Amino acid sequence: MLSSTADHLYWMARSMERAENTARMLDVTYRMSLLKQSVAEPHHEWRAMLSISGLHEDFEARYNEPSAANVMRFMTLDEINPGSIFNSIFTARENARAVRGSITSEMWEALNFTWLEMRRISAEGIAEDGVSRFFDWVKDRSHLSRGITHGTLLRDDTFRFIRLGTFFERADNTARILDVKYHILLPSPADIGGAVDYYQWSAVLRSVSAFESYRKVYRDQITPQRVAELLILRPDMARSLITCMNEVYRLVQELNGPQSEELLRRCGQLQGNLRFGRINDIFDYGLHEYLSGFLEQIYDLGDLINKTYFWSTDQ
Amino acid sequence: MKTAYDEMYAANGSVRESYRSYADWLKTTPAEVIKRKREDADIAFHRVGITFAVYGEDAGQERLIPFDVIPRIIAAKEWKRMADGLRQRVKALNAFLHDIYHGQEILKAGRIPADKVLGNSQFRREMIGVDVPEQIYAHIAGVDLVRAGEGEYFVLEDNLRTPSGVSYMLEDRKMMMRLFPDLFTRQAIAPVEHYPDLLLNNLRSVAPASVSNPNVVVLTPGQYNSAYFEHAFLAQQMGVELVDGLDLFVRDEIVYMRTTQGPRRVDVIYRRIDDDYLDPKAFRSDSMLGVPGLFSAYRAGNVTLANAVGTGIADDKAIYVHVPEMIRFYCGEEPILSNVPTWELSKPEDLKYVLAHLPELVVKEVHGSGGYGMLVGPTASTAEINSFRDKILAGPAGYIAQPTLSLSTCPTYVESGVAPRHIDLRPYVLSGREITMVPGGLTRVALKEGSLVVNSSQGGGTKDTWVLEGDN
Repeated sequence: MLSSTADHLYWMARSMERAENTARMLDVTYRMSLLKQSVAEPHHEWRAMLSISGLHEDFEARYNEPSAANVMRFMTLDEINPGSIFNSIFTARENARAVRGSITSEMWEALNFTWLEMRRISAEGIAEDGVSRFFDWVKDRSHLSRGITHGTLLRDDTFRFIRLGTFFERADNTARILDVKYHILLPSPADIGGAVDYYQWSAVLRSVSAFESYRKVYRDQITPQRVAELLILRPDMARSLITCMNEVYRLVQELNGPQSEELLRRCGQLQGNLRFGRINDIFDYGLHEYLSGFLEQIYDLGDLINKTYFWSTDQ
Repeated sequence: MKTAYDEMYAANGSVRESYRSYADWLKTTPAEVIKRKREDADIAFHRVGITFAVYGEDAGQERLIPFDVIPRIIAAKEWKRMADGLRQRVKALNAFLHDIYHGQEILKAGRIPADKVLGNSQFRREMIGVDVPEQIYAHIAGVDLVRAGEGEYFVLEDNLRTPSGVSYMLEDRKMMMRLFPDLFTRQAIAPVEHYPDLLLNNLRSVAPASVSNPNVVVLTPGQYNSAYFEHAFLAQQMGVELVDGLDLFVRDEIVYMRTTQGPRRVDVIYRRIDDDYLDPKAFRSDSMLGVPGLFSAYRAGNVTLANAVGTGIADDKAIYVHVPEMIRFYCGEEPILSNVPTWELSKPEDLKYVLAHLPELVVKEVHGSGGYGMLVGPTASTAEINSFRDKILAGPAGYIAQPTLSLSTCPTYVESGVAPRHIDLRPYVLSGREITMVPGGLTRVALKEGSLVVNSSQGGGTKDTWVLEGDN
């Protein structure tokens, strides 16, 4: 496959997955901000949301205070912020447009339609219908794209590069969503294990559609260790880090290629750590520190994917 | 201007033989049904995003080319003659191209003034002595034909560079079959759907001689080009890669494409980029679209470009007048298809005549294309004629003039109902080891009443083109 085609397919999938997870992340932040709190610092959930996305500098350059309305605007409809849902969908569509000959017409039409709808959505409209409805719409359109991909596309490298983009982005995003809990402070140390703590952890679960799964798997009350275990180490959990890395490792194996040895080794290493990891060790090390380390490795791997498949095939 | 020939109705109002079956169907089909189908077609084209970008005032806009549901129907016998004429003409044009870049026999024989060729900006000195497979230069030709009367077809121009529009021919047929499947069971209509197969075979047949399983690619200027849809469409239909300049690189005079599995050799490039932009090392150095070193690989015979570099000399409007002579010279035959009588404004006596008759003539820029920069005398205002007169006087050699042909008309849906509109026909002639084509081509229709300009950039639309099979 042409390197540029693979590049477009990969980013098409990553961008759509990012749009979906940004909606999920905003959703969890929004839910947490609704919980009554007595933390002195105003808007601290929204500030947390920005630092987790790594976008606080962009934000501060153009907005004043990180109020709910401002951050929401910045992360949804803002046409300048490259990480906004608006721009993620735009990027997904532009990449699809560049390779529309390689994907099925249904895939193209669905993404094109998503973009046309996105352009019609206004801040007033979101306020009127409620943010949840908008987030649901984003998730639905992402589900639709993924579903059509599965239902119509030939299982060749086209499919594999799309899946690689999806799972790679999801690994990154799940780690960030889980890290939200670290950044959002409890009203006081005494609240650890209290009602607010409980609601915050359940908001994390709900944001990745894992609340029901948690109940099924543990049949017990919600504890931080179990939530983290579910989202990091459970291979039967659709959005967990290990599930994402299992897929990434398998895809890199199947894609192969003359220069993919190092990429395969590094993916295998990361996957192995997850596979043989224990949640107690992770907590001893520090959950936030662990997730930060994971995100760094993902970032480096992303670089290596670029070099292996998209840039360096000549001379 | 006499009344135009109508494809469907004879002068006495009776339905022509080729349209009889369709006219019956049209008469018995309720208007609402057709109205609904027309709306379906519009939605479908939009959804699929078959659009083209417009240059000029509305730059950056994407527009839909209007599609008309009433087909243009050509009788089998008539098509056969047309096809013979097209084969003959394209064969001569390719022979001409080979000749002027090699022995220049036709110039030595004095059949075409040498300075007209050698002094023409479209003549590519770089191509002198370069050998191309099968001695074919114009692998894909889009020859624009117009009908003036019964069995009377004229060639308006030979498009030998990167003729476009074939995707509309294919999409129009697909749409007609989807909207009106029953029409295709009523009579035998020659299929056109195999065009991409013919195109691929044709491209493979002109691969460098040493290659056994040639790798063919389509080279596009990129997704913001007006015909990008067509580039992507043809690549997909042929099952080959669509590439832009950045996907290719040249090493040791061999062209490679960058793939996820490493470099892969490219043997045939169906390029939809103009000569000037192909290779910044050989032509325009500011080109961002091309591939550095491509021309040296081409000269070395390691890659085939379709169409070849330098075909523009053969479809230049200043050379057009000499095509009948080329046919006589290279084929030893009389031309089957006629040229439109043409005045060359570089000749003082022609210039004098044309300036005196501007309101009745069509004046075209010699190097122009796409309906830009032309004057249609009978529909132009006095002010337009006067300002065009000034342009001509500033450089008469840059123009030719032709009589305003009364292009044939075909019934077409317009706002007020069904009305006759002027049409032309662009068949696509493929030349490689042999000459092939699908019956018919793209019919373009000028949707404005009385207008003779069918170009999509000037408000033209398209129709499905049926060549009937058998004797009807």
